[in-house]
Amino acid sequence: MKTRIKFTKSGPLKFIGHLDVMRYFQKAFRRAELDVEYSQGFNPHQLMSFAAPLGVGLTSDGEYLDLQLKTSDEPKAMIDKINKAMAEGIQVVDFKVLSDESKNAMSMVSAADYMVSVKDGYEFMGMEEFKQKFQDFYNKESIVILKKSKKSEKDVDIKPSIYHIGFDREEFYKNIGQSFDKDKKSVADAYDNGVKVFMQVATGSSNNLKPELVMEAFCQYTGIEYNIFAYQVHRMEVYADLGTEENRSLIALDKMND
Amino acid sequence: MKKLALSDEILLTIEKPARYIGNEINMVEKDLNNIDIRFCMCFPDVYEIGMSHLGIQILYDMFNRREDTYCERVYSPWVDLDKIMREKQIPLFALESQDTIKNFDFLGFTIQYEMCYTNILQVLELSQIPIYAKDRTEDDPIVLGGGPCTYNPEPIADFFDFFYIGEGETVYNKILDVYKENKLKGGTRKDFLEKAAEIDGVYVPAFYDVDYNEDNTIKAFTKNNVHGKDIISKQVEMNMSDTYYPKKPLVPYIKATQDRVVLEIQRGCIRGCRFCQAGMVYRPIRERNIEFLKEYACEMLKNTGHEEISLSSLSSSDYSALQELVYFLIDEFSSKGVNISLPSLRIDAFALDVMSKVQDVRKSSLTFAPEAGSQRLRDVINKGLTEESILNGAMDAFNSGWNRVKLYFMLGLPSETVEDIEGIAVLSDKIAREYYTIPKEQRNGKVSIVSSTSFFVPKPFTPFQWSRMDTAEEYLEKQHLLRAKFNEQLNRKSIKYNWHEAELSVLEGVFARGDRRVSKVIYDAYKAGCLYDSWSEYFKYDLWEKAFEDNQIDIAFYTNRERIKEEILPWDFIDAGVTKDFLWREYNRAINAKVTPNCRMACSNCGAKVYEGGVCFEDRKQ
Repeated sequence: MKTRIKFTKSGPLKFIGHLDVMRYFQKAFRRAELDVEYSQGFNPHQLMSFAAPLGVGLTSDGEYLDLQLKTSDEPKAMIDKINKAMAEGIQVVDFKVLSDESKNAMSMVSAADYMVSVKDGYEFMGMEEFKQKFQDFYNKESIVILKKSKKSEKDVDIKPSIYHIGFDREEFYKNIGQSFDKDKKSVADAYDNGVKVFMQVATGSSNNLKPELVMEAFCQYTGIEYNIFAYQVHRMEVYADLGTEENRSLIALDKMND
Repeated sequence: MKKLALSDEILLTIEKPARYIGNEINMVEKDLNNIDIRFCMCFPDVYEIGMSHLGIQILYDMFNRREDTYCERVYSPWVDLDKIMREKQIPLFALESQDTIKNFDFLGFTIQYEMCYTNILQVLELSQIPIYAKDRTEDDPIVLGGGPCTYNPEPIADFFDFFYIGEGETVYNKILDVYKENKLKGGTRKDFLEKAAEIDGVYVPAFYDVDYNEDNTIKAFTKNNVHGKDIISKQVEMNMSDTYYPKKPLVPYIKATQDRVVLEIQRGCIRGCRFCQAGMVYRPIRERNIEFLKEYACEMLKNTGHEEISLSSLSSSDYSALQELVYFLIDEFSSKGVNISLPSLRIDAFALDVMSKVQDVRKSSLTFAPEAGSQRLRDVINKGLTEESILNGAMDAFNSGWNRVKLYFMLGLPSETVEDIEGIAVLSDKIAREYYTIPKEQRNGKVSIVSSTSFFVPKPFTPFQWSRMDTAEEYLEKQHLLRAKFNEQLNRKSIKYNWHEAELSVLEGVFARGDRRVSKVIYDAYKAGCLYDSWSEYFKYDLWEKAFEDNQIDIAFYTNRERIKEEILPWDFIDAGVTKDFLWREYNRAINAKVTPNCRMACSNCGAKVYEGGVCFEDRKQ
């Protein structure tokens, strides 16, 4: 059966790369003695796939992996069972059985929410100034920046890939059309300087915008030097798009009713 | 979760930050308020190597079973972090608490190979602990060492407060008790070392003086402190089925070299290969009870989630219940996708059956370690593997579908002749010829043979401890000769020849049989920039040569010299079980190419019987 697992990544484990996270889960599922389905052949491997790889250094409240199981318990029991075999920095927060016809998470990813915080100890501006400047920056018709990939370098307009922004959770959730739950737990680190911005951006194989590139464009716009180490990027949620290109209809991967 | 010792910025700048963040699965966490002794265990090489070492996992488990002790770990920072830590003066820290090691009670090194010596100095220096034991104060941790290299600790004696000679399971608890008692009483560092020196197996180098003859050999090794023992006796765990073994070994996040459960099925070896130090110093062979092994295999696989289990020993085929154990593991775990790996297995019908069940025949290879190219030389080294058994084993495997063979040899063995060297190429070719006797339509494509040679390095407590070792030039000549011979072989296109670096082996030879005067060379070479010497890309032989020259230490004195029986060897103060008389007898048998039967066939009176157990007290077969 197809199942979907939502997990968090935080603390020191943000330094574990994606391939190692995959290995980590394979071992964790063995420790938890899940009834995992294996591929055929001499080197059988667990049938699992991740929605959207998280870069080294990023934390997250909303990571997803799809796992094939032979049998399963109630979601609550499954979550407890898996978490007993997990490290503190990677914890399962949701478990769902999917219908056999459902597409895998990776193929559907099209957007994600991020919180970008300025880390303490780096020269930056105060929250009020930042808010104003970032809003001005976001209000521009187009935001053109040099995008470097392994193969090419080209100027791209990232504005269409930034769907919404916000400067506190409440405002951000309003902007993305969701209800705000102030008791919702987050594993994100908090910083004393308090400067942060929330953004919903395009994510996935067809169009992917890294929040880091948005910050780089912002620094360019403001005329300050972009220090790649100065920001903590935290992923909050990952979405599939059930709408069309012109009319998005985003839905969190754990809210999909197949 | 603990705050990390390194900043995000540093961790995001260096390779594999997961080497330094701790928090691995099964890591032990303790409340420091309830701890009397803080012990930091170090494997002086990079994390992925160190995490693969079974010994540390055993000791980590053992120390942490004590409520008053918190044992943590540290490994050598890789060169990228090493540079940053020096620039920013960041003190080295333990992975668990991320606290600086300088504040610990103990820093213990496991010393597995000679080429890690500069990394020991690196860990000391980055920890901001004086490199020389004599410079340490009451504020510094006690620095100790254990492991195979401590069977001749002299080249690194100046850097250690004490060494522990033997197997860790035995007297460490006593040492920690003594330390705690001394600390409570307000005793000094020296008070502790004097008390520790009275415990069997503990060697405090500062309590002994060495005098030299004019020809540089040792004149006398004398005690200068009444608390030191005259002879340091190796400590041995005789009850292998009721002792410390980790049920919950640490599981790293990044892939370690040994990414699997390691089950040590027995310790020691009956074979008596004359070049092998492990085969001599871990005598007598002691098996673990099969029920113990079954239980631990299940527990360890469950607690780690590893996909593979490896049976560890010097010669797995000699474990008396091997078949039962292996078939148990296959029945229990094969369906669960667990791979079973059996290194050091003699190729026979059983081995082939097991291998065909646990491996993909098309992808796996057979491994033989004939070590020498001729029967005469194999007799000299007492390697009881005949050409006939290699060819038969290979042929059986070929008939079962295998077509890849790995062969391991040594160059520079005592009494080696040109014929012996050429024999390596000839034997490799013979195996290929065997393969091609199979009709073409029944073969699985071409055969692939990989032959590797390493250079022989004589080790203490082996019959070859008196032997002359080749020079780097001699080694390279032999290697060229062999390469030419490979090129003459009929099946040369099916054979690949790999070789090791000669200079590294020469250095290993100096450290293996060196004395205390070598320590200054190690210190100077380290200060000049030598580090990670076992990693060929970081091995700087020119710096080593300069350090030897500057200190007027002659490499040839340690390596290219046949010793006489009367010479005092630097490690003579250690009693490793095997007696010097036995080793000398074996040396003479070697020169005469006389084979000595293995421990189960006949007792050769090596001296290990004093431990009152193991194979020495089994009913002898045949």
